[in-house]
Amino acid sequence: MRGGIAMTGRHLPRINIVMVLYLLFLMLPIYWLANMSLKTNTEILGGFSLWPRDLTFANYAKILGDPAWYMGYVNSIIYVSMNTVLSVAVALPAAYAFSRYRFMGDKHLFFWLLTNRMAPPAVFALPFFQLYSSVGLFDTHIAVALAHTLFNVPLAVWILEGFMRGVPKEIDETAYIDGYSFPRFFVKIFMPLIASGVGVAAFFCFMFSWVELLLSRTLTSVDAKPIAATMTRTVSASGMDWGVLAAAGVLTILPGALVIWFVRNYIAKGFALGRV
Amino acid sequence: MTLTLDGVSKVVNGQVHIHPTELTFAPGTMNVLLGPTLAGKTSLMRLMAGLDVPATGRILWQGTDVTGMRVQDRAVAMVYQQFINYPSMSVYDNIASPLRLQGKSRTEIDRAVQETAAMMKLTPMLARKPLELSGGQQQRCALARALVKGAGLVLLDEPLANLDYKLREELRLEIPRIFEAAGSIFVYATTEPEEALLLGGNTATLWEGRVTQFGPTPQVYRQPKDATTARVFSDPPMNFLAVTKAGDSIGFGAGQKAPAIGSLAGLADGRYLAGFRPNHLEIDRPEGAAMAFEARLKVTEITGSETFVHLDHHGERWVGLIHGVRDLELGAELRVWLDPAHVYVFSTDGALVAPAAYALAA
Repeated sequence: MRGGIAMTGRHLPRINIVMVLYLLFLMLPIYWLANMSLKTNTEILGGFSLWPRDLTFANYAKILGDPAWYMGYVNSIIYVSMNTVLSVAVALPAAYAFSRYRFMGDKHLFFWLLTNRMAPPAVFALPFFQLYSSVGLFDTHIAVALAHTLFNVPLAVWILEGFMRGVPKEIDETAYIDGYSFPRFFVKIFMPLIASGVGVAAFFCFMFSWVELLLSRTLTSVDAKPIAATMTRTVSASGMDWGVLAAAGVLTILPGALVIWFVRNYIAKGFALGRV
Repeated sequence: MTLTLDGVSKVVNGQVHIHPTELTFAPGTMNVLLGPTLAGKTSLMRLMAGLDVPATGRILWQGTDVTGMRVQDRAVAMVYQQFINYPSMSVYDNIASPLRLQGKSRTEIDRAVQETAAMMKLTPMLARKPLELSGGQQQRCALARALVKGAGLVLLDEPLANLDYKLREELRLEIPRIFEAAGSIFVYATTEPEEALLLGGNTATLWEGRVTQFGPTPQVYRQPKDATTARVFSDPPMNFLAVTKAGDSIGFGAGQKAPAIGSLAGLADGRYLAGFRPNHLEIDRPEGAAMAFEARLKVTEITGSETFVHLDHHGERWVGLIHGVRDLELGAELRVWLDPAHVYVFSTDGALVAPAAYALAA
């Protein structure tokens, strides 16, 4: 209960304390990761230190200099981008159809899409492994990208449909009356109106594909090995290379943080599947 | 450039939205579709535009069958009740977009856009985005886009309904001027009889998916073909009184009688429906012959210079429009007067038997 201006002065520090504690708990793991990445292995194993006594960038240098490491990032970025483009490209016409037309079973089909997300990815690891191996797609980027579309296309359809529903159908009709063909209307008039929706859908596809480990690890071995797999498999003869692993972790967080920055204003609408 | 609807109907999920309709709009005419909400105005317009395909019948444009032709290939323009513009384009680009699609040259487009913008008073706003404009300006932008195309058929679906009172009046005065300049067939849907009368031209009255009457607006207003048309083309709706003609008197209500005068005099004996418009009901006894009714006053609405009185006359709800502000006691019996020259006579199934004498004289 706030009792007017006089009380605010007394309450403000307490709110600050709560906030600081909250942020502390939130940031601590990330700080610790960054902290570790800047230490030497001896210091990490040697004892407790809040900040690097012996500041080193050797861990980062190792990752950025060794193809075995940085190719993990390249591979991840390749299949994540492929997946994002593929998912959004497939979801756009589907979402348009769901938002604009009534057809037999449309509501059931729309819900069925979402049920695809109810199964854990692990369920599909075995069939996908066998399937992609038998058609010769094993250890390729497109294999992982395709596997992830199973989860991302439904999500993208739901998000985009929500955004498209917000655009009045009369705009479509006016455009046709004005003489726009469907493709031209879609690109010139419709896309700018749902641009934020496309951004949010792409972000969610990116996020899922970027963090998903099981499928991407099962479907790859060398050529398309993602960074997450590289990280979890790195145990050298001399034991764990703690510092390098921490540096890899920091570099893995960065792309996500970067992408979030671009869609931060629309993210809430995306979490509500575009339905706010 | 003539538009003909030949037995056009529309059925949605087994429900008839538009009954088979015959309409012909002559070149360069203003045509008003008048009817209450859900009467089928928008459905009919969508059929004319080619946005929907009729269940039966043909749509002819200059004698050519255009039924089922792609809307892009039809020479139509449409303005909706909502302010529909392309939000991502500037006002200039909005107006220019139909011309760009027609492949006109840059100078030609610029000339047409500037001209139309000037007519719609949008010249200072050309660089802005539609959503940065007021509602009235947004609708002007939509109108400009519809006009710049030079389409032979311009469909306006309640274009003023979402505007506030002041802007609505302002834009309504301009529509006849715009129409004159365009020289196309205009089809204008509205729920308001007043708008139809102000726009003139022809009026088609709609009721539950049927065109009840189509003709010059004043004629439809003065000589409605049936009770439904009269009800639609009167705001507040026309009042009705079931009467029985016997000899030289009429009976109504619970055994009341009145001398059969005016349009009632020449009728054969039998049962009829008498109708009169709210503005013809009077509280003060008029000069000359008049019929008197006793009715109970239920509600009064004072709109500044006029008073609407809602009356209960033996179970029938009547509305009267009285000039001036009257201080009347609610629930009291009120004596109201009606000049028989203002009475329309309909048969019991609604067809017009005798129009009011004043309407014939006018």
